[in-house]
Amino acid sequence: MSEYVFIETKVEGYIGIIELNRPKQLNALNRQMIKEIVQVMESYDQDDTVRVILLKGKGRAFSAGADIDEMSNDDPIHLELLNQFQDWDRLSVIKKPIIGAVQGFVFGGGFELALSCDVLIAAEGTEFSFPEVNLGVMPGAGGTQRLTKLVGRTLALEWIWSAKRIQVEEAQSHGFVNRIVSGELLEEETLKFAKMIAEKPPLAIRLIKDSVNKAVDYSLYEGMQYERKNFYLLFSSEDQKEGMNAFIEKRKPKFHGK
Amino acid sequence: MFNTINYECHEGISWIKLNRPDKLNAFIAEMNREITQAVKQAAKDEKVRCIVITGEGRAFCSGQDLAEVNDDTNHGDLLRNHYTPMVKAIMACEKPIIAAVNGVAAGAGFSLALACDFRLASEKASFINAFVNIGLIPDSGNLHFLSHVVGRAKAIEISVLGEKIPAQKALELGVINRVIPQDTWQKEVEEFAIKLAKMPTKAIGLIKRYLTLAENLPLDAYLEKEAEGQRVAGLTKDAKEGVQAFIEKRQPEYIGQ
Repeated sequence: MSEYVFIETKVEGYIGIIELNRPKQLNALNRQMIKEIVQVMESYDQDDTVRVILLKGKGRAFSAGADIDEMSNDDPIHLELLNQFQDWDRLSVIKKPIIGAVQGFVFGGGFELALSCDVLIAAEGTEFSFPEVNLGVMPGAGGTQRLTKLVGRTLALEWIWSAKRIQVEEAQSHGFVNRIVSGELLEEETLKFAKMIAEKPPLAIRLIKDSVNKAVDYSLYEGMQYERKNFYLLFSSEDQKEGMNAFIEKRKPKFHGK
Repeated sequence: MFNTINYECHEGISWIKLNRPDKLNAFIAEMNREITQAVKQAAKDEKVRCIVITGEGRAFCSGQDLAEVNDDTNHGDLLRNHYTPMVKAIMACEKPIIAAVNGVAAGAGFSLALACDFRLASEKASFINAFVNIGLIPDSGNLHFLSHVVGRAKAIEISVLGEKIPAQKALELGVINRVIPQDTWQKEVEEFAIKLAKMPTKAIGLIKRYLTLAENLPLDAYLEKEAEGQRVAGLTKDAKEGVQAFIEKRQPEYIGQ
Protein backbone atom coordinates (compact mmCIF):
# COMPACT_ATOMS: atom_id res chain seq x y z
CA MET A 1 0.00 0.00 0.00
CA SER A 2 2.91 2.27 0.78
CA GLU A 3 5.40 3.06 -1.99
CA TYR A 4 7.97 4.38 0.48
CA VAL A 5 11.10 2.61 1.64
CA PHE A 6 11.60 3.95 5.16
CA ILE A 7 8.09 4.88 6.26
CA GLU A 8 4.61 3.43 6.18
CA THR A 9 1.57 5.56 5.51
CA LYS A 10 -2.17 5.21 5.65
CA VAL A 11 -5.23 7.41 5.98
CA GLU A 12 -7.86 6.39 8.50
CA GLY A 13 -10.96 8.49 9.06
CA TYR A 14 -9.51 11.99 8.45
CA ILE A 15 -6.20 11.02 10.06
CA GLY A 16 -3.12 10.76 7.88
CA ILE A 17 -0.66 8.44 9.57
CA ILE A 18 3.09 8.33 8.98
CA GLU A 19 5.07 5.62 10.71
CA LEU A 20 8.87 5.59 10.73
CA ASN A 21 9.77 2.09 9.65
CA ARG A 22 13.38 1.22 10.42
CA PRO A 23 12.75 -0.44 13.77
CA LYS A 24 15.97 -2.49 13.65
CA GLN A 25 17.96 0.75 13.40
CA LEU A 26 15.73 2.33 16.06
CA ASN A 27 14.29 4.46 13.25
CA ALA A 28 17.57 6.29 12.65
CA LEU A 29 16.76 9.08 10.21
CA ASN A 30 18.53 9.09 6.87
CA ARG A 31 18.09 11.75 4.22
CA GLN A 32 15.78 9.66 2.09
CA MET A 33 13.56 9.01 5.11
CA ILE A 34 13.22 12.73 5.85
CA LYS A 35 12.39 13.34 2.18
CA GLU A 36 9.69 10.69 2.38
CA ILE A 37 8.22 12.16 5.55
CA VAL A 38 8.13 15.65 4.04
CA GLN A 39 6.61 14.43 0.78
CA VAL A 40 3.82 12.61 2.57
CA MET A 41 3.16 15.53 4.92
CA GLU A 42 2.86 17.87 1.95
CA SER A 43 0.51 15.51 0.17
CA TYR A 44 -1.60 15.13 3.33
CA ASP A 45 -1.63 18.93 3.61
CA GLN A 46 -3.34 19.08 0.19
CA ASP A 47 -5.59 16.06 0.74
CA ASP A 48 -9.19 16.84 1.69
CA THR A 49 -9.63 13.44 3.31
CA VAL A 50 -6.91 14.31 5.86
CA ARG A 51 -7.54 16.76 8.69
CA VAL A 52 -4.87 15.70 11.16
CA ILE A 53 -1.40 14.24 10.60
CA LEU A 54 -0.11 11.63 13.02
CA LEU A 55 3.61 10.86 13.17
CA LYS A 56 4.90 7.82 15.03
CA GLY A 57 7.77 5.35 15.06
CA LYS A 58 7.61 1.58 14.75
CA GLY A 59 9.27 -0.53 17.42
CA ARG A 60 10.70 0.33 20.80
CA ALA A 61 12.09 3.77 19.91
CA PHE A 62 10.54 6.75 18.15
CA SER A 63 13.93 7.58 16.67
CA ALA A 64 17.44 7.28 18.06
CA GLY A 65 18.71 10.09 15.82
CA ALA A 66 20.35 10.64 12.46
CA ASP A 67 22.06 7.92 10.49
CA ILE A 68 25.69 8.63 11.42
CA ASP A 69 27.16 6.34 8.74
CA GLU A 70 25.60 8.55 6.11
CA MET A 71 27.33 11.71 7.25
CA SER A 72 30.60 10.63 8.87
CA ASN A 73 32.62 11.53 5.75
CA ASP A 74 30.73 14.66 4.74
CA ASP A 75 32.53 17.93 4.01
CA PRO A 76 31.08 21.44 4.34
CA ILE A 77 30.82 22.15 0.61
CA HIS A 78 28.99 18.90 0.03
CA LEU A 79 26.60 19.74 2.88
CA GLU A 80 26.03 23.27 1.56
CA LEU A 81 25.24 22.00 -1.92
CA LEU A 82 23.13 19.14 -0.61
CA ASN A 83 21.10 21.62 1.46
CA GLN A 84 19.47 18.74 3.30
CA PHE A 85 17.93 20.86 6.03
CA GLN A 86 15.69 22.56 3.49
CA ASP A 87 13.44 19.51 3.86
CA TRP A 88 13.06 20.42 7.53
CA ASP A 89 12.04 23.97 6.57
CA ARG A 90 9.22 22.46 4.53
CA LEU A 91 8.06 20.56 7.60
CA SER A 92 7.60 23.78 9.51
CA VAL A 93 5.18 25.23 6.96
CA ILE A 94 2.75 22.33 7.04
CA LYS A 95 -0.63 23.88 7.81
CA LYS A 96 -2.52 20.95 9.28
CA PRO A 97 -1.98 19.86 12.87
CA ILE A 98 0.81 17.32 13.38
CA ILE A 99 0.42 15.02 16.36
CA GLY A 100 3.53 13.11 17.40
CA ALA A 101 3.42 9.82 19.30
CA VAL A 102 6.81 9.05 20.84
CA GLN A 103 8.27 6.22 22.88
CA GLY A 104 11.67 4.96 24.00
CA PHE A 105 14.57 6.98 22.62
CA VAL A 106 13.86 10.37 21.07
CA PHE A 107 17.42 11.43 20.31
CA GLY A 108 19.17 13.93 18.06
CA GLY A 109 17.37 14.24 14.73
CA GLY A 110 14.55 12.19 16.27
CA PHE A 111 14.20 14.83 19.00
CA GLU A 112 14.19 17.55 16.33
CA LEU A 113 11.51 15.69 14.41
CA ALA A 114 9.45 15.40 17.62
CA LEU A 115 9.90 19.14 18.24
CA SER A 116 8.57 19.75 14.72
CA CYS A 117 5.25 18.26 15.80
CA ASP A 118 2.52 20.52 17.17
CA VAL A 119 1.44 18.21 19.96
CA LEU A 120 3.45 15.39 21.56
CA ILE A 121 2.00 12.40 23.32
CA ALA A 122 4.65 10.25 24.96
CA ALA A 123 4.77 6.80 26.46
CA GLU A 124 5.93 6.36 30.04
CA GLY A 125 9.70 5.87 30.07
CA THR A 126 10.38 7.99 26.97
CA GLU A 127 13.78 9.71 27.01
CA PHE A 128 14.82 12.81 25.03
CA SER A 129 18.39 13.82 24.34
CA PHE A 130 20.66 15.77 22.02
CA PRO A 131 23.78 13.57 21.94
CA GLU A 132 25.39 15.40 18.98
CA VAL A 133 27.99 17.10 21.20
CA ASN A 134 29.52 13.71 22.00
CA LEU A 135 30.24 13.25 18.30
CA GLY A 136 31.95 16.60 18.03
CA VAL A 137 29.01 18.35 16.38
CA MET A 138 25.68 19.91 17.37
CA PRO A 139 22.01 19.78 16.39
CA GLY A 140 21.50 21.05 12.84
CA ALA A 141 17.82 20.63 12.10
CA GLY A 142 16.41 23.19 14.49
CA GLY A 143 17.35 21.67 17.85
CA THR A 144 19.13 24.69 19.29
CA GLN A 145 16.32 26.98 18.09
CA ARG A 146 13.16 25.02 18.80
CA LEU A 147 14.23 23.69 22.18
CA THR A 148 15.37 27.15 23.31
CA LYS A 149 12.05 28.70 22.34
CA LEU A 150 10.28 25.99 24.31
CA VAL A 151 12.31 25.74 27.52
CA GLY A 152 14.45 28.89 27.54
CA ARG A 153 18.13 29.52 26.99
CA THR A 154 19.48 28.31 30.33
CA LEU A 155 18.07 24.80 30.20
CA ALA A 156 18.59 24.44 26.46
CA LEU A 157 22.29 25.17 26.89
CA GLU A 158 22.65 22.70 29.73
CA TRP A 159 20.83 19.94 27.93
CA ILE A 160 22.50 20.38 24.54
CA TRP A 161 25.98 20.83 26.07
CA SER A 162 25.68 17.85 28.35
CA ALA A 163 23.73 15.46 26.09
CA LYS A 164 21.70 14.71 29.19
CA ARG A 165 18.85 12.25 28.88
CA ILE A 166 15.65 14.08 29.75
CA GLN A 167 12.99 11.85 31.27
CA VAL A 168 9.47 12.22 29.96
CA GLU A 169 8.14 13.65 33.24
CA GLU A 170 10.72 16.44 33.08
CA ALA A 171 9.83 17.00 29.42
CA GLN A 172 6.20 17.38 30.37
CA SER A 173 6.96 19.72 33.24
CA HIS A 174 8.87 21.96 30.79
CA GLY A 175 5.96 21.98 28.41
CA PHE A 176 7.13 20.12 25.33
CA VAL A 177 5.18 16.95 26.03
CA ASN A 178 1.40 17.30 26.26
CA ARG A 179 0.53 13.97 27.80
CA ILE A 180 2.20 10.90 29.20
CA VAL A 181 0.37 7.62 28.69
CA SER A 182 1.29 4.01 29.39
CA GLY A 183 3.21 2.49 26.48
CA GLU A 184 0.52 -0.06 25.74
CA LEU A 185 -1.99 2.71 25.09
CA LEU A 186 0.20 5.14 23.14
CA GLU A 187 -1.43 4.33 19.82
CA GLU A 188 -4.99 4.23 21.15
CA GLU A 189 -4.69 7.48 23.12
CA THR A 190 -2.92 9.30 20.29
CA LEU A 191 -5.61 8.27 17.82
CA LYS A 192 -8.26 9.36 20.29
CA PHE A 193 -6.62 12.78 20.55
CA ALA A 194 -6.20 13.03 16.76
CA LYS A 195 -9.88 12.13 16.23
CA MET A 196 -10.93 14.77 18.74
CA ILE A 197 -9.01 17.42 16.72
CA ALA A 198 -10.29 15.98 13.43
CA GLU A 199 -13.88 16.59 14.55
CA LYS A 200 -13.27 20.28 15.12
CA PRO A 201 -13.78 22.79 12.28
CA PRO A 202 -10.64 22.34 10.14
CA LEU A 203 -10.31 25.97 9.10
CA ALA A 204 -10.38 27.16 12.69
CA ILE A 205 -7.84 24.48 13.63
CA ARG A 206 -5.65 25.61 10.75
CA LEU A 207 -5.74 29.31 11.57
CA ILE A 208 -5.23 28.64 15.27
CA LYS A 209 -1.99 26.81 14.41
CA ASP A 210 -1.02 29.62 12.07
CA SER A 211 -1.63 32.28 14.74
CA VAL A 212 -0.04 30.40 17.65
CA ASN A 213 3.07 29.83 15.54
CA LYS A 214 3.30 33.57 14.98
CA ALA A 215 3.41 34.09 18.74
CA VAL A 216 6.76 32.32 18.74
CA ASP A 217 8.41 34.69 16.25
CA TYR A 218 6.43 37.92 16.25
CA SER A 219 6.32 40.68 18.83
CA LEU A 220 3.12 40.69 20.89
CA TYR A 221 1.73 43.67 18.99
CA GLU A 222 2.42 42.16 15.55
CA GLY A 223 1.08 38.82 16.72
CA MET A 224 -2.18 40.34 17.94
CA GLN A 225 -2.67 42.17 14.64
CA TYR A 226 -2.05 38.89 12.83
CA GLU A 227 -4.41 36.98 15.10
CA ARG A 228 -7.35 39.33 14.51
CA LYS A 229 -7.01 39.06 10.70
CA ASN A 230 -7.31 35.28 11.08
CA PHE A 231 -10.26 35.76 13.42
CA TYR A 232 -12.01 37.95 10.82
CA LEU A 233 -11.14 35.50 8.07
CA LEU A 234 -13.01 32.68 9.80
CA PHE A 235 -16.22 34.69 9.55
CA SER A 236 -16.15 34.00 5.83
CA SER A 237 -16.32 30.26 6.48
CA GLU A 238 -19.43 28.06 6.34
CA ASP A 239 -18.23 26.36 9.50
CA GLN A 240 -18.47 29.64 11.44
CA LYS A 241 -22.10 30.01 10.41
CA GLU A 242 -22.83 26.37 11.15
CA GLY A 243 -21.04 26.55 14.51
CA MET A 244 -22.86 29.64 15.71
CA ASN A 245 -26.25 28.52 14.37
CA ALA A 246 -25.89 25.16 16.06
CA PHE A 247 -24.99 26.93 19.30
CA ILE A 248 -28.10 29.13 19.09
CA GLU A 249 -30.30 26.18 18.07
CA LYS A 250 -28.80 24.02 20.82
CA ARG A 251 -27.72 21.20 18.52
CA LYS A 252 -24.43 19.59 17.59
CA PRO A 253 -22.64 21.37 14.73
CA LYS A 254 -21.58 19.57 11.55
CA PHE A 255 -18.32 20.99 10.20
CA HIS A 256 -17.19 20.56 6.61
CA GLY A 257 -13.96 22.48 6.47
CA LYS A 258 -15.39 25.16 4.22
CA MET B 1 28.39 -16.22 32.19
CA PHE B 2 28.24 -14.72 35.70
CA ASN B 3 31.04 -14.83 38.27
CA THR B 4 29.47 -13.51 41.44
CA ILE B 5 25.94 -14.88 41.08
CA ASN B 6 24.29 -18.07 39.92
CA TYR B 7 21.49 -17.57 37.45
CA GLU B 8 19.01 -20.33 36.60
CA CYS B 9 15.59 -20.43 34.97
CA HIS B 10 13.08 -23.21 35.27
CA GLU B 11 9.29 -23.52 35.41
CA GLY B 12 8.84 -19.84 34.67
CA ILE B 13 11.00 -18.82 37.63
CA SER B 14 14.35 -17.12 37.38
CA TRP B 15 16.65 -17.69 40.37
CA ILE B 16 19.32 -15.12 41.08
CA LYS B 17 21.62 -16.53 43.77
CA LEU B 18 24.28 -14.25 45.19
CA ASN B 19 27.37 -16.42 45.13
CA ARG B 20 30.19 -15.13 47.28
CA PRO B 21 29.38 -17.34 50.28
CA ASP B 22 32.83 -17.02 51.88
CA LYS B 23 32.29 -13.23 51.98
CA LEU B 24 28.68 -13.57 53.18
CA ASN B 25 27.67 -12.50 49.65
CA ALA B 26 29.04 -8.98 50.16
CA PHE B 27 28.65 -6.62 47.21
CA ILE B 28 31.55 -5.87 44.95
CA ALA B 29 31.06 -3.75 41.82
CA GLU B 30 30.93 -6.86 39.67
CA MET B 31 28.11 -8.31 41.73
CA ASN B 32 26.09 -5.07 41.42
CA ARG B 33 26.57 -5.25 37.67
CA GLU B 34 25.69 -8.92 37.42
CA ILE B 35 22.51 -8.59 39.49
CA THR B 36 21.48 -5.61 37.34
CA GLN B 37 22.13 -7.60 34.18
CA ALA B 38 20.37 -10.71 35.49
CA VAL B 39 17.27 -8.75 36.49
CA LYS B 40 17.14 -7.05 33.08
CA GLN B 41 17.58 -10.41 31.38
CA ALA B 42 14.77 -11.98 33.42
CA ALA B 43 12.55 -8.96 32.75
CA LYS B 44 13.00 -9.44 29.00
CA ASP B 45 12.69 -13.23 28.95
CA GLU B 46 9.09 -14.05 28.06
CA LYS B 47 9.30 -17.43 29.76
CA VAL B 48 10.10 -15.85 33.13
CA ARG B 49 7.07 -14.94 35.25
CA CYS B 50 8.67 -14.65 38.68
CA ILE B 51 12.14 -13.78 39.95
CA VAL B 52 13.71 -14.96 43.21
CA ILE B 53 16.78 -13.31 44.67
CA THR B 54 18.52 -15.31 47.38
CA GLY B 55 21.97 -16.02 48.81
CA GLU B 56 24.22 -19.06 48.58
CA GLY B 57 25.59 -20.24 51.92
CA ARG B 58 24.52 -18.94 55.29
CA ALA B 59 23.98 -15.24 54.49
CA PHE B 60 21.55 -13.43 52.21
CA CYS B 61 23.87 -10.47 51.66
CA SER B 62 26.10 -8.62 54.09
CA GLY B 63 26.15 -5.33 52.15
CA GLN B 64 29.09 -3.55 50.56
CA ASP B 65 32.40 -5.45 50.74
CA LEU B 66 34.42 -3.00 52.85
CA ALA B 67 37.64 -4.42 51.42
CA GLU B 68 36.73 -2.50 48.26
CA VAL B 69 36.33 0.81 50.08
CA ASN B 70 39.28 3.02 51.03
CA ASP B 71 40.12 6.66 51.77
CA ASP B 72 39.91 7.54 48.09
CA THR B 73 36.42 6.13 47.68
CA ASN B 74 33.79 8.63 46.58
CA HIS B 75 30.77 7.12 48.26
CA GLY B 76 28.35 9.14 46.11
CA ASP B 77 29.86 7.86 42.89
CA LEU B 78 29.96 4.31 44.23
CA LEU B 79 26.18 4.52 44.58
CA ARG B 80 25.59 6.31 41.28
CA ASN B 81 27.71 3.89 39.30
CA HIS B 82 26.87 0.57 40.93
CA TYR B 83 23.90 0.56 43.29
CA THR B 84 21.54 3.03 41.63
CA PRO B 85 21.44 1.11 38.31
CA MET B 86 20.73 -2.10 40.26
CA VAL B 87 17.87 -0.57 42.26
CA LYS B 88 16.45 1.03 39.11
CA ALA B 89 16.57 -2.27 37.23
CA ILE B 90 14.66 -3.97 40.05
CA MET B 91 12.09 -1.18 40.19
CA ALA B 92 11.68 -1.12 36.40
CA CYS B 93 11.03 -4.88 36.25
CA GLU B 94 7.32 -5.57 35.81
CA LYS B 95 7.48 -9.14 37.08
CA PRO B 96 7.09 -10.16 40.71
CA ILE B 97 10.43 -10.27 42.54
CA ILE B 98 10.84 -12.23 45.76
CA ALA B 99 13.71 -11.72 48.16
CA ALA B 100 14.22 -15.13 49.76
CA VAL B 101 16.21 -13.99 52.75
CA ASN B 102 18.04 -17.13 53.85
CA GLY B 103 20.32 -15.48 56.41
CA VAL B 104 21.64 -12.09 57.42
CA ALA B 105 20.62 -9.12 55.28
CA ALA B 106 22.84 -6.25 56.36
CA GLY B 107 23.38 -2.75 54.97
CA ALA B 108 22.87 -2.70 51.22
CA GLY B 109 21.83 -6.35 51.55
CA PHE B 110 18.85 -5.13 53.59
CA SER B 111 18.23 -2.48 50.91
CA LEU B 112 18.27 -5.15 48.19
CA ALA B 113 15.62 -7.13 50.06
CA LEU B 114 13.54 -3.96 50.55
CA ALA B 115 13.64 -3.16 46.83
CA CYS B 116 11.94 -6.50 46.07
CA ASP B 117 8.16 -6.99 46.04
CA PHE B 118 8.01 -9.82 48.56
CA ARG B 119 10.30 -10.75 51.41
CA LEU B 120 10.25 -14.31 52.65
CA ALA B 121 12.62 -14.93 55.54
CA SER B 122 14.08 -18.08 56.96
CA GLU B 123 13.76 -18.31 60.74
CA LYS B 124 17.55 -17.93 60.74
CA ALA B 125 17.39 -14.65 58.84
CA SER B 126 18.03 -11.26 60.37
CA PHE B 127 18.05 -7.67 59.16
CA ILE B 128 20.34 -4.89 60.16
CA ASN B 129 20.58 -1.33 58.87
CA ALA B 130 24.28 -1.39 59.71
CA PHE B 131 25.23 1.80 57.87
CA VAL B 132 25.16 4.04 60.93
CA ASN B 133 27.53 1.67 62.73
CA ILE B 134 30.29 2.82 60.36
CA GLY B 135 29.11 6.44 60.28
CA LEU B 136 27.13 6.24 57.03
CA ILE B 137 23.47 6.56 56.08
CA PRO B 138 21.23 3.81 54.70
CA ASP B 139 21.59 3.78 50.90
CA SER B 140 20.44 2.03 47.73
CA GLY B 141 16.94 3.37 48.24
CA ASN B 142 16.81 1.95 51.77
CA LEU B 143 15.19 4.92 53.55
CA HIS B 144 12.74 5.40 50.70
CA PHE B 145 11.56 1.80 50.83
CA LEU B 146 11.81 1.38 54.58
CA SER B 147 9.75 4.46 55.43
CA HIS B 148 7.02 3.22 53.09
CA VAL B 149 7.08 -0.18 54.73
CA VAL B 150 7.24 0.70 58.44
CA GLY B 151 6.55 4.46 58.63
CA ARG B 152 8.91 7.22 59.67
CA ALA B 153 9.12 6.49 63.39
CA LYS B 154 10.18 2.89 63.01
CA ALA B 155 12.41 3.75 60.04
CA ILE B 156 14.34 6.16 62.25
CA GLU B 157 14.61 3.63 65.05
CA ILE B 158 15.88 0.90 62.72
CA SER B 159 18.28 3.22 60.91
CA VAL B 160 19.68 5.21 63.83
CA LEU B 161 20.06 2.41 66.35
CA GLY B 162 21.42 0.01 63.72
CA GLU B 163 20.39 -3.00 65.76
CA LYS B 164 19.90 -6.50 64.53
CA ILE B 165 16.25 -7.39 63.83
CA PRO B 166 15.52 -11.12 64.02
CA ALA B 167 13.10 -12.61 61.46
CA GLN B 168 10.17 -12.86 63.88
CA LYS B 169 10.55 -9.21 64.91
CA ALA B 170 10.82 -8.20 61.24
CA LEU B 171 7.52 -9.96 60.62
CA GLU B 172 5.85 -8.04 63.45
CA LEU B 173 7.18 -4.77 62.00
CA GLY B 174 5.76 -5.62 58.59
CA VAL B 175 9.21 -5.62 57.00
CA ILE B 176 8.71 -9.15 55.72
CA ASN B 177 5.74 -11.16 54.49
CA ARG B 178 6.45 -14.52 56.06
CA VAL B 179 8.86 -16.41 58.33
CA ILE B 180 9.57 -19.95 57.19
CA PRO B 181 11.06 -22.73 59.34
CA GLN B 182 14.47 -23.93 58.23
CA ASP B 183 13.42 -27.48 57.37
CA THR B 184 10.70 -26.40 54.93
CA TRP B 185 12.54 -23.30 53.70
CA GLN B 186 13.45 -24.41 50.18
CA LYS B 187 10.08 -26.06 49.59
CA GLU B 188 7.99 -23.11 50.75
CA VAL B 189 10.00 -20.55 48.80
CA GLU B 190 9.58 -22.67 45.68
CA GLU B 191 5.85 -23.09 46.25
CA PHE B 192 5.39 -19.36 46.71
CA ALA B 193 7.41 -18.62 43.55
CA ILE B 194 5.45 -21.20 41.53
CA LYS B 195 2.20 -19.72 42.77
CA LEU B 196 3.24 -16.24 41.61
CA ALA B 197 4.55 -17.60 38.31
CA LYS B 198 1.11 -19.01 37.52
CA MET B 199 -0.70 -15.74 38.15
CA PRO B 200 -1.65 -13.15 35.51
CA THR B 201 1.84 -11.71 35.20
CA LYS B 202 0.88 -8.66 33.17
CA ALA B 203 -1.67 -7.66 35.82
CA ILE B 204 1.00 -8.03 38.53
CA GLY B 205 3.29 -5.77 36.51
CA LEU B 206 0.51 -3.21 36.17
CA ILE B 207 -0.24 -3.36 39.90
CA LYS B 208 3.43 -2.56 40.57
CA ARG B 209 3.41 0.28 38.04
CA TYR B 210 0.19 1.83 39.31
CA LEU B 211 1.18 1.47 42.96
CA THR B 212 4.15 3.69 42.19
CA LEU B 213 1.88 6.17 40.43
CA ALA B 214 -0.58 6.02 43.32
CA GLU B 215 2.23 7.01 45.68
CA ASN B 216 3.22 9.95 43.53
CA LEU B 217 0.05 11.46 42.07
CA PRO B 218 -2.85 13.42 43.53
CA LEU B 219 -6.08 11.40 43.51
CA ASP B 220 -7.69 13.06 40.48
CA ALA B 221 -4.64 12.52 38.31
CA TYR B 222 -4.27 9.00 39.67
CA LEU B 223 -7.87 8.09 38.84
CA GLU B 224 -7.25 8.97 35.18
CA LYS B 225 -4.07 6.89 35.21
CA GLU B 226 -5.93 4.03 36.85
CA ALA B 227 -8.49 4.05 34.02
CA GLU B 228 -5.61 3.74 31.56
CA GLY B 229 -4.14 0.89 33.56
CA GLN B 230 -7.39 -1.00 33.71
CA ARG B 231 -7.81 -0.53 29.95
CA VAL B 232 -4.40 -2.15 29.46
CA ALA B 233 -5.27 -4.99 31.84
CA GLY B 234 -8.65 -5.46 30.20
CA LEU B 235 -6.94 -6.04 26.86
CA THR B 236 -4.80 -8.93 28.15
CA LYS B 237 -5.48 -12.56 27.28
CA ASP B 238 -5.34 -13.36 30.99
CA ALA B 239 -8.22 -10.97 31.76
CA LYS B 240 -10.33 -12.72 29.15
CA GLU B 241 -9.31 -16.11 30.54
CA GLY B 242 -10.10 -14.97 34.08
CA VAL B 243 -13.63 -13.92 33.19
CA GLN B 244 -14.19 -16.98 31.01
CA ALA B 245 -13.03 -19.32 33.78
CA PHE B 246 -15.30 -17.54 36.25
CA ILE B 247 -18.31 -18.01 33.96
CA GLU B 248 -17.42 -21.65 33.33
CA LYS B 249 -16.79 -22.21 37.03
CA ARG B 250 -13.30 -23.61 36.52
CA GLN B 251 -9.76 -22.67 37.56
CA PRO B 252 -8.24 -20.09 35.19
CA GLU B 253 -5.05 -20.95 33.33
CA TYR B 254 -3.02 -17.81 32.91
CA ILE B 255 -0.27 -17.42 30.35
CA GLY B 256 1.12 -14.14 31.65
CA GLN B 257 -0.02 -12.04 28.68
